Amino acid sequence: MVNRGAFDKILQAGGFVSVNTGGVPDGNAIPVAKEKADESMDAASCIGCGACVATCKNSSAMLFVASRVSSLALLPQGKVEAARRAKAMVAKMDELGFGSCTNTQACEAECPKGISITHIARLNREYLCAKLKD
Amino acid sequence: MSEKLNAKIPEGPLMEKWTRHKAAIRVVNPANKLKLDIIVVGTGLGGASAAASLGELGYNVKVFCISDSPRRAHSVAAQGGINAVKNYPNDNDSIYRLFHDTIKGGDYRSREANVYRLAEVSNLIIDQCVAQGVPFARDYGGLLDNRSFGGAQVSRTFYARGQTGQQLLLGAYASLNRAISKGQVKSYPRHEMLDLILIDGHANGIITRNLVTGEIERHSAHAVVIATGGYGNVFFLSTNAMNSNGSAVWQCYKKGAFFGNPGFEQIHPSCIPISGDQQSKLTLMSESLRNDGRVWVPKKKEDIEKLRNKQIKASQIPEEGRDYYLERRYPAFGNLVPRDVASRAAKERCDAGYGVNETGLAVFLDFSTAIQHLGKHVIEERYGNLFQMYEKIVDVNPYNEPMMIYPAIHYTMGGLWVDYNLQTTIPGLYAIGEANFSDHGGNRLGASALMQGLADGYFILPYTIGDYLAGKIQEKKTDTNHPAFEKAEKKINEKIAKLFAIKGIEPADYYHRLLGKIMWNYVGMSRNEAGLKKAIEDIRVLRDEFWKNVCVPGENNEFNQELEKALRVADFLEISELMAMDALNRKESCGGHFREEMQTEDGETKRDDQNFSYVSCWEHKDNDTHEMHKEPLNYEFVKLATRNYKD
Repeated sequence: MVNRGAFDKILQAGGFVSVNTGGVPDGNAIPVAKEKADESMDAASCIGCGACVATCKNSSAMLFVASRVSSLALLPQGKVEAARRAKAMVAKMDELGFGSCTNTQACEAECPKGISITHIARLNREYLCAKLKD
Repeated sequence: MSEKLNAKIPEGPLMEKWTRHKAAIRVVNPANKLKLDIIVVGTGLGGASAAASLGELGYNVKVFCISDSPRRAHSVAAQGGINAVKNYPNDNDSIYRLFHDTIKGGDYRSREANVYRLAEVSNLIIDQCVAQGVPFARDYGGLLDNRSFGGAQVSRTFYARGQTGQQLLLGAYASLNRAISKGQVKSYPRHEMLDLILIDGHANGIITRNLVTGEIERHSAHAVVIATGGYGNVFFLSTNAMNSNGSAVWQCYKKGAFFGNPGFEQIHPSCIPISGDQQSKLTLMSESLRNDGRVWVPKKKEDIEKLRNKQIKASQIPEEGRDYYLERRYPAFGNLVPRDVASRAAKERCDAGYGVNETGLAVFLDFSTAIQHLGKHVIEERYGNLFQMYEKIVDVNPYNEPMMIYPAIHYTMGGLWVDYNLQTTIPGLYAIGEANFSDHGGNRLGASALMQGLADGYFILPYTIGDYLAGKIQEKKTDTNHPAFEKAEKKINEKIAKLFAIKGIEPADYYHRLLGKIMWNYVGMSRNEAGLKKAIEDIRVLRDEFWKNVCVPGENNEFNQELEKALRVADFLEISELMAMDALNRKESCGGHFREEMQTEDGETKRDDQNFSYVSCWEHKDNDTHEMHKEPLNYEFVKLATRNYKD
């Protein structure tokens, strides 16, 4: 039996947009470029199966984390706290003992939803920008 | 009518009921919310959205699910979309139109006030999901895109490719995660609810089994919310996940909650046909495909023969040799008739010998016209992942050859009876989403299940439960050493011990499969008196057989999926009987409930409003007997009419 509880913990660290139920603007109030929405959807199609971690020689969870960070960073709704999210999720991932990414691309090859490592690049950029601002 | 059956529908005009009701009900102040505990069972769209919203409000929430993570709830499988009345396409949509479409789609067997409220809050859901970062489909101008679903002549369905359920669930799950990280919600994955605890007639807790360790646990609360979905898996072969079950709902029923319309099941017209006897799961092909797909069978029997013998391919049959039977029979709605209508029409053609595969139980869903008009890339953009899924399972490329589809069990409109506050007949026990009965009548429209789950969880329950809890602020937390917990736990341990002690030959799946066959043959798409009576007899015999001869290997105190199954099948063997009894009682045809005795000359459903304009509300009695009460459906605002999708 596979225990994927660590993924829940990473998402609990920041894989959300901090809005409560109610009091949000109209769905069409903020236009989102179709290309951005599509790319966000590409990343959001992650099913959290963990194949990326299983296949990675470092047991890195970068593709999983990147899919969430990237999906939300691409949307204006998620952009607001993108920096905080990237830092919190990466910190949690490190704390839980996942390995580092060495760009072997094994995760991308294995991902059943075809999620691209471009999203890892975006996560790295988000993370770097966030750290530079500290 | 039982005195417990007070639907508590607010006075006043339809459009003002919810507003007036919200103003009239009580609220709990923030400090008092901290003292109140709520249990939410299930983490699909209803459960996750409710748990997150209640946690944000400040209540102490415990949320339970049977999967390894809340994100695995079966809402994740919903494909096509979610309805809302934004009227963004400017096609004259409105709250009233969605309300009316839903009432009509449900064949006038749902409750007006609840359905109106559902339509009223639908827009809030889209706003909420966008704010959560749900990547809905958009047009080049950056605004949200819509498509059409069955039973509607407007485009009001919002979607995220063919994974709308997954994306909405990830949104609700993200909110839930945020609430968990703030300590407002405590999550219990891999926990199955086995019983409801009543103290002085009020819902005060549940008993769960930890599915990993087998430990039986006690949890108390001031209120319990059931969000465990439907009981469609009673048919064994269905589009539900293998672990979806009706046990939590059934335990509530056995503790006194009434069961509304148990005989109303939805059969979805477009599933990948059954391939053989060993199969245990069916795969849905989204209703959204009927936006661009055209349903047909060959006109000539010789073409059928050739198809079955694989002498020709579907694409080789010329246009004039095809019978687009939905377009022929229902010109106004064409391929987008509601699900029950499309399912029966497919069955009619297949029964007449026009089924297009070896088993004779399949029709075509063809995209060639749409590909010609719009281009392959547009179709790929709209349905790419569905086409890919189909090709993976069937090994036929639907861009070149039409899909083959056949109806299968998909959803249960019936469920725990609830009043306007979504409270069952047990005070403090609430039911939301598919687990309740209230909004869809005899047939649910496509893209309305996601809407209802989220409407209940985000925008209705968090208000109405406050009215009940406002009366509980002085009440201390219930001690889990209370005799009610002792008694329930003892009973569960005895039941589990009894299952192990049988040491029979056949696994639980064996009985489940047989039960499914009985249900599909007699309580499925087409029902009649003799068949339903036979089903009840057969179910009783099978149930006795199960309790004599089931084999449950392993132990209780370990991860034991056979035990999980056996407990669920034991309940299915009881639910099924009530479903058949309800279908037998309702001597009319409405929505998905088709009684052969009651049909029009051209084979459409024939309602009997004089005698059956009510919700059948079943009450569990001693010795496992069932008594039916009626909640009359008084239509104040809609005029009852025969459903017409022809013109």
